[in-house]
Amino acid sequence: MPSAPEPTPILEMRGITKTFPGVKALAGVELTVYPGEVHALMGENGAGKSTLMKILSGAYKADPGGEIRIDGKLAHIDGPLSAKTLGIAVIYQELSLSPNLTVAENIYLGRELSSGGQVDRARMRRECQGVLDRLGAGFGPATVVSTLSIAERQMVEIARAIHANARILVMDEPTTALSSRETDKLFDLIRTLRADGLAIIYISHRMAEVYELADRCSVLRDGAYVGTLLRDELKAETLVKMMVGRDLSKFYKKDHDAEGSRGEVILSVRDMSDGRRVRGCSFDLHRGEVLCLAGLVGSGRTELARLIYGADARKSGTVALDGKPLDIVRPIQAVDAGIVYLTEDRKGQGLFLDMTVQENINLQVIGRDAGKGGLLDLRKARGRAVDAIRALSIRVAGPVVEVGSLSGGNQQKVLLSRLLETRPRVLILDEPTRGVDIGAKSEIYRIIDDLVKAGIGVLVISSEMPEVVGIADRVLVMREGHIAGEVGGTTGIAITQENIIALAAGLAHPSAPAA
Amino acid sequence: MSQETSSAALTREKAAANRQILIQQIIRTVGMLPILILLGIGFQLMSGRFFSGQNLSIVTQQASINTVLACGMTAVILTGGIDLSVGSILAASAMVAVIGSLVPDMGMIGIPLALFAGLVFGLINGSLVAFIGLPPFITTLGSLTAVRGVARLLGNDTTVFNSHLPFAFIGNGYLFGIPWLVIIAFLSVIVTWIILRRTVLGVHIYATGGNESAARLSGIKVWAVFLFVYGFSGLMAGLGGVMSAARLFAANGTQLGQSYELDAIAAVILGGTSFTGGVGSIWGTLIGALIIAVLSNGLVLVGVSDIWQYIIKGLVIIIAVALDRVRSQGGART
Repeated sequence: MPSAPEPTPILEMRGITKTFPGVKALAGVELTVYPGEVHALMGENGAGKSTLMKILSGAYKADPGGEIRIDGKLAHIDGPLSAKTLGIAVIYQELSLSPNLTVAENIYLGRELSSGGQVDRARMRRECQGVLDRLGAGFGPATVVSTLSIAERQMVEIARAIHANARILVMDEPTTALSSRETDKLFDLIRTLRADGLAIIYISHRMAEVYELADRCSVLRDGAYVGTLLRDELKAETLVKMMVGRDLSKFYKKDHDAEGSRGEVILSVRDMSDGRRVRGCSFDLHRGEVLCLAGLVGSGRTELARLIYGADARKSGTVALDGKPLDIVRPIQAVDAGIVYLTEDRKGQGLFLDMTVQENINLQVIGRDAGKGGLLDLRKARGRAVDAIRALSIRVAGPVVEVGSLSGGNQQKVLLSRLLETRPRVLILDEPTRGVDIGAKSEIYRIIDDLVKAGIGVLVISSEMPEVVGIADRVLVMREGHIAGEVGGTTGIAITQENIIALAAGLAHPSAPAA
Repeated sequence: MSQETSSAALTREKAAANRQILIQQIIRTVGMLPILILLGIGFQLMSGRFFSGQNLSIVTQQASINTVLACGMTAVILTGGIDLSVGSILAASAMVAVIGSLVPDMGMIGIPLALFAGLVFGLINGSLVAFIGLPPFITTLGSLTAVRGVARLLGNDTTVFNSHLPFAFIGNGYLFGIPWLVIIAFLSVIVTWIILRRTVLGVHIYATGGNESAARLSGIKVWAVFLFVYGFSGLMAGLGGVMSAARLFAANGTQLGQSYELDAIAAVILGGTSFTGGVGSIWGTLIGALIIAVLSNGLVLVGVSDIWQYIIKGLVIIIAVALDRVRSQGGART
């Protein structure tokens, strides 16, 4: 608690509970935020952060019993409009601007100024110039939003909130799509807003950001309030322990012995090209090996994986499994051969959110399990689902729950079990821990480790450097559509962030290990 | 000790959660059933003869052809598509059925011929959607017009009759006191249910409608799913053609089946199937088709004029779906 005369909290949430069918998302959660502070809200995916913020912004209604106070006065938030009136604004991960309209029109969306029944665009532009200046925007009010970068669009959203006199600003993972320079700029902006007396609730998975920005940090776990730390109490171990409820000393699990478990070549890719983003890629994947594909976003890693899997048309190139050439032009042929691909776009291209956990897990094997005439074997399907839920410790009330109601980490485990049910020999995982909380992350690493021990070849595409360094036996680095180099394995070059980045950025070829 | 009690509490909580899910599923499946029952009771109170055995027989017969069409339509809409051509296909198939029935000594051939005609039209729709990638709305809007032309062409733009129709029992006969039309409609519902809920194909239909790109990436033959659902819808329209022909002893390419597609779509939507695909059930469709038939029948019993019947029917459809929307929003997901 801040010392001296205690200021009135701008926001107090007490005993907030929210129940969804089958899930208690929040149980008696509290949150106290003071004006002029950046208050970080941390917790694993599924801990209840988003639900809490949706209650604050009026998107959800809390169960009766709890109370929300603004400036010490009891507030009734029964919809997005009343939240807005109370000065609460949320900057969402998915930006909510109309790209076809101008900056000024977006800022005034729903509150357009008019004179004589006509929209007064000139006045709208004049009046929001001030907000843009205050935020240090490098664009004018007449700019069409679709021409702006993601970072600039975010600034428009913030400008809209400020312009509507928001005093409590909720930012949900605002830096996900930003470069590091843009992130620095955003942080400067946040500090300015803080100095102006706004309260900022900052949700992030990235510890570094929380250290840098937060005055205080509240932690949720499994829908319950764990505690609040002051700035000088913020320590990685403390935070992780609060979020996960256990020690994560062995976070990246790599039990298998890189030399010992590595077997013969299982997958050979030669001269793979699509004529645009992938140019002449060749590599071998061994049995019992974790091969990481590193590189900058846009270097062609996902495209290469999709070519191997037959999801996109290739211009040239061959794929061989166990030395036998395969002619894969459709995903189903890859699956039948024993090659499966976990997409980076879990919700868009992976899961069937309206279908149940059981249906999702069994989707790719129901054909094999089916009896005569393609009749479903529902008993077998249920058995598979129950086993998979246990084996991957998927947190769900039962196998007939819709996948869309699960948290990101559990959704990812469902998708992973669907692939594993096909008994693959080669597993291609594209950003397997994106949008996944720490606990589920470490469980996914354990699963990968177990698979490798069982002799499966695993190709992991990852943009998270610590992850690559933590789990890879060997790393291929892609740059501009071709494989720029290799570290680890028999190269004698150590798997370090510096060596990988050097290759990814095309700086220089890393030399042999220096001690 | 305390661990034991907490695990017992957990089990209880889980059981409660499962119960809640079950109740939700029942509500989703039952859907419009309360409205159907309320309509029935209302018309009974107003006319005093809605629930008579004879009237119920009439209502279910009135619902039968639309139910058959709506079975195919459910499969199509579950994939996120639409089939506007079923009324025209029904007309063309009915023409084929009557013309086929005129073949001396083997008039029963009219039935398989009509079914085949419906299937072929449906497969043409399906091929255009699956292989050329045309939008379903535009594809079937085209065939709505083109197949109507074919239906008129088949009888040289006249009405074809057969007063000795060998399969007339379908339209007018009874089995154990139940009209054949009703039996066929119910069997269609059962077959559709088996396909949708008990076969691999059914899962693929829901998956394609729920997330087409995920379906492609997971190796589902999305083209085969499209080909099937439009082929199935065509086949069902062919069956509807046989039923119409059997009832009327005649077929007319110009008038038969006009705007039947709208009733079929209304039945599917009333039944709670999502217009964007992936969510819905055939039982809902059956209830939807019955609501439409009950409305038509009940309004006549009560003596409402033809013009007002249209207005009331349209409003009931809109209000029913609006109610459903409001209710399903109560169970929003995280």
